[in-house]
Amino acid sequence: MKHLLSVADLSREEILSVLDTAVSMHEVQHRDVKKLPTLRGRTIINFFFEDSTRTRSSFEIAGKWLSADTINLTGKGTSVSKGESLRDTVLTIDAMGVDMMIVRHPASGAPMQIADWVGCSVVNAGDGTHEHPSQALLDAYSMRRALGDLEGRHVVIVGDLTHSRVLRSNLLCLQRLGAQVTLVAPPTLMPSGIDTWSGTDGFATSYDLDAVLPTADAVMMLRVQRERMSGGYFPTAKEYAVTYGLTKRRLGLLQDHAVICHPGPMNRGLEISADAADAARSLVLDQVSAGVAVRMSILYHLLAGEGSDQ
Amino acid sequence: MTARTTTRPVLVRGADVLGQGTQDVLVVDGRIAAVGSDASADAPAGTQRLSADGLVLLPGLVDLHTHLREPGREDAETVSTGSQAAAAGGFTAVFAMANTDPVTDNTEVAERVLDLGRRAGYVDVHPVGAVSKGLAGEELAEIGLMARSRARVRVFSDDGRCVHDARLMRRALEYVKAFDGVVSQHSQDPRLAGATSCCHEGELSGRLGLPGWPAVAEETIVARDVMLARHTGSRVHVAHVSTAGSVEVIRWAKGRGIDVTAEVTPHHLMLTEDLLAGYDPVYKVNPPLRPTEDAQVLQEALADGTIDVVATDHAPHVRQDKEHAFVDAAFGMLGLETALPVVSTVMVRSGRMGWADVARAMSSAPARIARLGTQGQGVVAGAPANLTLVDPDRQTTVDATLSRSLSRNNPWHGRDLVGAVHLTMLRGRVTAREGLVWGTEDVPEEEL
Repeated sequence: MKHLLSVADLSREEILSVLDTAVSMHEVQHRDVKKLPTLRGRTIINFFFEDSTRTRSSFEIAGKWLSADTINLTGKGTSVSKGESLRDTVLTIDAMGVDMMIVRHPASGAPMQIADWVGCSVVNAGDGTHEHPSQALLDAYSMRRALGDLEGRHVVIVGDLTHSRVLRSNLLCLQRLGAQVTLVAPPTLMPSGIDTWSGTDGFATSYDLDAVLPTADAVMMLRVQRERMSGGYFPTAKEYAVTYGLTKRRLGLLQDHAVICHPGPMNRGLEISADAADAARSLVLDQVSAGVAVRMSILYHLLAGEGSDQ
Repeated sequence: MTARTTTRPVLVRGADVLGQGTQDVLVVDGRIAAVGSDASADAPAGTQRLSADGLVLLPGLVDLHTHLREPGREDAETVSTGSQAAAAGGFTAVFAMANTDPVTDNTEVAERVLDLGRRAGYVDVHPVGAVSKGLAGEELAEIGLMARSRARVRVFSDDGRCVHDARLMRRALEYVKAFDGVVSQHSQDPRLAGATSCCHEGELSGRLGLPGWPAVAEETIVARDVMLARHTGSRVHVAHVSTAGSVEVIRWAKGRGIDVTAEVTPHHLMLTEDLLAGYDPVYKVNPPLRPTEDAQVLQEALADGTIDVVATDHAPHVRQDKEHAFVDAAFGMLGLETALPVVSTVMVRSGRMGWADVARAMSSAPARIARLGTQGQGVVAGAPANLTLVDPDRQTTVDATLSRSLSRNNPWHGRDLVGAVHLTMLRGRVTAREGLVWGTEDVPEEEL
């Protein structure tokens, strides 16, 4: 593995290997001294062309705990507005001799293009409405911690699916792990061609959240951006919350063991009620904690293996 | 030799004229003097003889849809370099779209483009006039003045943008009736496919997370425009048709006697949406590449005449405008040099069309739509000697670096195409041969 661009590039075995290594990385988080020497002397650039707090800091902490030198760059508005191409921008950084670029970009596919241009490893930290592989891996990690093996488990994903990179990575990841996935959204927020996506057996779609919740083992609520209303995707926030939100009433439809995930940031009162967000079965903060461990594992898989070959 | 080929008669010997039989063709003083057995007998002393065994002779190709980028983006293409690419591609006339900087929405810019074309002398360059001032889609450009100018503009288009306001489109259609003009529409409802829409809306756009460009955004405008053409009794031309649904509407409209014509690009005939899977902006074009099913319907529609014309939508871009993230990169791809080879490969080799059909779709029909009296007349005595010789069996591997264009955004790079332009002649003067080109100022260094 040189790059992590899409969950589609990962086999079931590779996913499980990342998740297993994350377990030992997670233990490091509970030590007083959290630093491992694994990536000493390696340089990682967090290249964020789009605002991010949690993903960027999560990757940064992961790099630092593995003793890599991590540098944050924000590329917001750099390339297009200055007349410099994206290719020139990333080749400049690559020429400095970095080992890895962790890329967040508002345009779908940008990390794939960058990986074709540069010599270093590239990690997709979220590209447009395409993928967010590290998020899907940490979601799987959190769900496995709560539920055990995900084979045959029913995961319900609800929200703005059209614009969600979290959805695309999660769908691929959960299917690799053998979960049954049901996608729930109003028809206006279902990705186009969802019913014929290739390589995506074992999932269903529904417009009726109440009907699918009673069999769910995990419910993943995705953020609905309020600006979608101006795009006419749904009439009002109130209507959305009533129809597709995880309300207090809907909590009562869940099985006792079912867990709640949210990749954050949450819109309390819109897609998720405070009762759901703060419930004992909510994994929201576990996900954040797992995020560092899973990202440490990702960096380890991409850089430590390569280093040991040298 | 110092003699200019313009002044010297040429006898084209043994060419397969329109693929319908071998004939000799005599060219004197820029016109076809004789075709057939008379040609050789009528050849005056000093006639150059050009052996065309195994070659197909077509009337010079006419491109209704080219972006030459001058004025404004001379780093991407100039009228001269675009003309050279056109001549190398077998064209003797091209229509230069109006989305230049400044926009071709007035007489001055139109005549400037015309003059730049004449000075270069590789092909006839005809400016397309903008429909609306500054392509803003709000008020009519000086359509009538452009029509009366030396450029005699007959084709009007806001290409790159859709004339989406129904009332403005109606007025434009009405207005051009005064001089038998035509409005060429870039059919894209901006409310259904906005500025960022760049991938055919469907399973692939869903998977790739790219903003979808739904077929219906084209089809609703085509449907509206044919009804406006019927209402106004005017002529509408549908630029770069890309979907099966648009073909259905156009077929229906033609059946009702509505004066609609349509073009398809070589890339929409041959390339399909799956090429976008790697996010390579060389495949980013507007309208986007469509699924295979659409390409097949477009091929059938071209063969049966529902689609009248093949037009290139040649759209040069400098490297740095393409080397962005997919949604940020410029739309468009080169087309002038590969159009004939692509049509040959997709339509002729497959048996869907004969060379006479190619002559219709790439010469006579576009010339007729643009009301061009000097082009597309066919290979007949008395017609201007605008001719293209094609080697129908020659296989070439496209090499983007060999292009006459200033730009390199060539989606055909590395592909094998069968059928190559051998020679292009503009009013009896050789403008291109085997990739070499000659303009007005040049004298061919070697004899034919």
